[in-house]
Amino acid sequence: MELLNVILVVFLIVCAIAVERTKDLLSAVIIFDAYSLTMAVLWLLLKAPDIALTEAAIGAGVTTILFVSVISRTRRVKK
Amino acid sequence: MDNLIVKTITRLIVPFIQIYGIFIILHGHISPGGGFSGGAVLGASMILYTLSYGLTAANKKLPHKVTGVFESGGIIWYVLLGLVGIFLGGSFLSNKEVGFFMGKAGDVISGGFIPLITAAIGLKVASTMITLFHTIIEED
Amino acid sequence: MKKALVILVLLGLFVLLTSSVLKMPSLGSIDNPSYNETSVYYIENAIEDTHAPNAIASIITDYRSFDTLGETTVLFTSIAAVLSVLRLNHNSKEKGDKNNG
Repeated sequence: MELLNVILVVFLIVCAIAVERTKDLLSAVIIFDAYSLTMAVLWLLLKAPDIALTEAAIGAGVTTILFVSVISRTRRVKK
Repeated sequence: MDNLIVKTITRLIVPFIQIYGIFIILHGHISPGGGFSGGAVLGASMILYTLSYGLTAANKKLPHKVTGVFESGGIIWYVLLGLVGIFLGGSFLSNKEVGFFMGKAGDVISGGFIPLITAAIGLKVASTMITLFHTIIEED
Repeated sequence: MKKALVILVLLGLFVLLTSSVLKMPSLGSIDNPSYNETSVYYIENAIEDTHAPNAIASIITDYRSFDTLGETTVLFTSIAAVLSVLRLNHNSKEKGDKNNG
């Protein structure tokens, strides 16, 4: 269980850095989605199932949809 | 977005998502969950419907007027529940002291005004997300 | 010169944050400062006070329901702001089109 925690946290940090480094905004949004899903699993491991539910629904679902809909109305690649 | 597979799967899966959301809201005081999580699931189901069937069909199913009523009705219902406490001789938002129906711990209908407040929050969160999404993707 | 200064400041910040993280009490330990009489009261009396087995729900909608009212107000204010910005833009553009045509 300890090892799983460490792997997930490392993946979280890698995701956070990758979101910042990516030039393509749509890819950045998808990586941010992976970040939210990892965070939901981590909340579950921290024994907070209600926060995990909210994170999975809002962070991984709705935020991604809102970002994608905003990107579809603006530019996709950062200048 | 005229895709037969997406439309069929959406039509099959949306009722189950909505039942799960209502389950989370109604059992907010018994099992993990509550107003915010259940409302998010409910809103996500309606967003899925909008994505696969288009904005006009979704607006016909759930017009802006209805979401507006949920939007302001949820918070007014919350404040009214708090004022009931004052009228019955307690303080603002007091539960057990002013004699809400408590029931047996573990039943669905128990816990005073907790299920009522959870339902209000759930409807409000769901309508907030739907309104936000519809407003953003609206063509101009 | 400037870059070296930035690296030095960031290194100092890193050492500071790492040392403070290492000093934090372990997760779920009974000696934590957050494990005080308030949480003991909630754990012992939540079911008796609110008849709700989910202690989190009883805290956020009964003991701390005024905070949840504030949270709901934040949601309402944000959606009102979004609607007032986007809808207003939409309507004025429609009117402008009519005036032009």
